[in-house]
Amino acid sequence: MSQTPGSAQRPLSPHLQIYRPMLTMTMSIVHRITGCALYFGTFLLVAFLVATAISPRAYETASWLAGSIVGKLVMFGYTWALIHHMLGGIRHFIWDTGAGFGAVARERLAQFTIGGSVVLTIVLWAAILLVK
Amino acid sequence: MSNHSGTSMRTTRSRVQGLGSARSGTGHFWWQRVTALANIPLVLAALAILICVAGKPHAEAVAVLGHPLAAIVLILALFSVTTHMRIGMQVVIEDYVHAEGAKVLALVGNIFFCTAVALAGIFAILKISFGV
Repeated sequence: MSQTPGSAQRPLSPHLQIYRPMLTMTMSIVHRITGCALYFGTFLLVAFLVATAISPRAYETASWLAGSIVGKLVMFGYTWALIHHMLGGIRHFIWDTGAGFGAVARERLAQFTIGGSVVLTIVLWAAILLVK
Repeated sequence: MSNHSGTSMRTTRSRVQGLGSARSGTGHFWWQRVTALANIPLVLAALAILICVAGKPHAEAVAVLGHPLAAIVLILALFSVTTHMRIGMQVVIEDYVHAEGAKVLALVGNIFFCTAVALAGIFAILKISFGV
């Protein structure tokens, strides 16, 4: 592809490396990263369902993989990403109403998102380990 | 009637269509929010079903996943989630992949991936329901 004439001389708008890192900025980036991680997590979930549909033997293999250390780590990461992305989504719904854009409110919302996601993930896994 | 025609470069038709310069309007934003809202109850219910299944032998897992109510919830969740992840990943690709060829390939690959994950998952649930 040929370069558009003059494109190299155009001034560039400041990007990430120019700004001081902020919590709200980090939450925005993490929302994207968790979204991308969940994209592939859904594939693993469907792979488990397909294995269940294929045969008891395929199901045993999938269950063994899920129950291994790596499998458990992936599932733990998946639930955290899911909860973080869901809380981030709720934050976006609050913003959609026009609320929560103030200097204090947006900082609080970011703190609730990260704090809530960590606490809820730990509570969920504690409950799972207690019951199972 | 305002006297737009004197100052605007827009044609009357483009103003009426309201699709803006990207030619797709706000449909993308709208569906991202609709599926996000649907995802909250559906994903939480799906998560509960999967936690129930975890560690169970194949026959019991099939009985839980194949129960009509569980199967309907899982299919609805997969439909909403895969739509949400397709339009979400589309934005990520449009933001970061600038070379035209790679961008088109990635956009098409995203559609293929999400459709395949959706239909494979839905087929697996139906097969589990109707008999492995």
